[in-house]
Amino acid sequence: MIVHSIFFYFFSIIAIFSSLMVITSRSTINSVFFLILDFISVGCLFIMVGAEFLGMILLIVYVGAVAVLFLFVVMMLNVAEQKQSWFIGKKSTHIPTGLIVSVLILLELLVVVGGWKYKEDVMSSSTLVLSNISNTHQLGLVMYTDYILYFQLAGVVLLLAMIGAILLTFRERVGVKKQSYFTQISRNPSTAVELKDVKSNEGVKLDD
Amino acid sequence: MIEYLQIFGQEVYKIVFLLVPILVSVAMIVWLDRRVWGLVQKRRGPNVVGPFGLFQTIADALKYIFKEIIIPASANKVVFILAPIITMTLALVAWAVIPMSEELVLSDINVGILYLFAVSSLGVYGIIMGGWASNSKYPFLGAIRSAAQMVSYEVSIGIIIINVLLCVGSLNLNDIVIAQKNLWYVIPLFPMFVIFFISALAETNRPPFDLPEAEAELVAGYQTEYSGMMYAMFWLGEYANILLMCAMGSILFLGGWLPIMDVYPLNIIPAPIWMISKILFLFLLFALIKAIVPRYRYDQLMRLGWKIFLPFSLIYLVFTASFLFYFDKLPKVNF
Repeated sequence: MIVHSIFFYFFSIIAIFSSLMVITSRSTINSVFFLILDFISVGCLFIMVGAEFLGMILLIVYVGAVAVLFLFVVMMLNVAEQKQSWFIGKKSTHIPTGLIVSVLILLELLVVVGGWKYKEDVMSSSTLVLSNISNTHQLGLVMYTDYILYFQLAGVVLLLAMIGAILLTFRERVGVKKQSYFTQISRNPSTAVELKDVKSNEGVKLDD
Repeated sequence: MIEYLQIFGQEVYKIVFLLVPILVSVAMIVWLDRRVWGLVQKRRGPNVVGPFGLFQTIADALKYIFKEIIIPASANKVVFILAPIITMTLALVAWAVIPMSEELVLSDINVGILYLFAVSSLGVYGIIMGGWASNSKYPFLGAIRSAAQMVSYEVSIGIIIINVLLCVGSLNLNDIVIAQKNLWYVIPLFPMFVIFFISALAETNRPPFDLPEAEAELVAGYQTEYSGMMYAMFWLGEYANILLMCAMGSILFLGGWLPIMDVYPLNIIPAPIWMISKILFLFLLFALIKAIVPRYRYDQLMRLGWKIFLPFSLIYLVFTASFLFYFDKLPKVNF
């Protein structure tokens, strides 16, 4: 048990320290790196309480995909310059907006966490037998029976977000040469090369 | 306390005896890769150091150790040094769950395949960090390309893994192997095997998908500024990752440590030998492809990942699920 608690404190200290560093570190890249460290240590905490599936999914989804995109954005944008224009410019509307949004989120969190109630029969659910079934099976048994509606709705929300992102960034570009792989691959000498008899002083007009 | 120390000592002993063979086989695999490459091009390949040139990689490694490590003045030093370490560590850490036989596995965890997938998806950080910290154009372009490429191909690898898991009904690697006792999944899921193999090439930045280090355009991609041992660590990590992908392919599709058929002369050959020979077989395919296929263009690579592999593996997933459901072949879980 001692070893268990040593590891628990080890990972939680790293998690808390790195989440503090995310908001205090001066360089945005370092923030993202600390965010990744935070995700990893939280994933380890999940694994320690026996929720291996959740821990691994956290690593795969957040560290393996989401944080990579974060890093991408932070590296591509010149964030330092943006910061200058946001916080030092005279008519900065970002700080009040940010404050309003964060206060709202805090209130929402308080409401949700304060009024937290488990579904009454979640512990005695007939589908969930707390025995030696692996964690993944248990999760599946609950998620695809009792919570199927919420599960599907979450999927629909994600789909909407994806379609929205595509719509926002989609723009039809005109005058760009597009290549068709099939015509490229199916070219052969008889269709690609044409012999022309060029008469002297007259030239030849090629159709393109 | 003594008890814990004993357990600790045992684990360290096991880890050392896992890591040393892997590092040695990485060295041998580099030699094999160059040798096959040479044979395809009617050259001899490395044949001077040691018998058949077997010690070539060790000589190379010695050379790298004694070379000076140069850190560019404008680089972010911490991240610059961290990047090769992360690549190498992640490549080696994943081997903890690879079963060489039913008992011969360092940690037989419930979610082994997810662990493998998670570790291989973290591999992109070594490359991104190296490219960014070098603070130079070519490494940065290489890193960006590589990140996009690895994230795209992970998606189809994930769906392929789900295909296999549907047939097995467990995330444990040993269970996946044992489920193939009668029929290797390479036969019913052959299209998935092909897509897995191609995605593994892209995931490990092997030719024909070695765009991150396309020497004609990007000098050496994210490794441009690295020298000495740090370069060697990137290089070892890359080959350890390739071996890992081969191991993953052989576990998912080629029946892992199982013999080809459970008949007399074949089933007395020890399980680790079967596993190693399957890994080697897949690696030979990797090496041959490096020698015979020209490099893809970047837009072709992205098109292949997102517009062909992803829809196809999704459709195949629906097909597998419907087939298993219709013929009542879905794996039963006994509680």
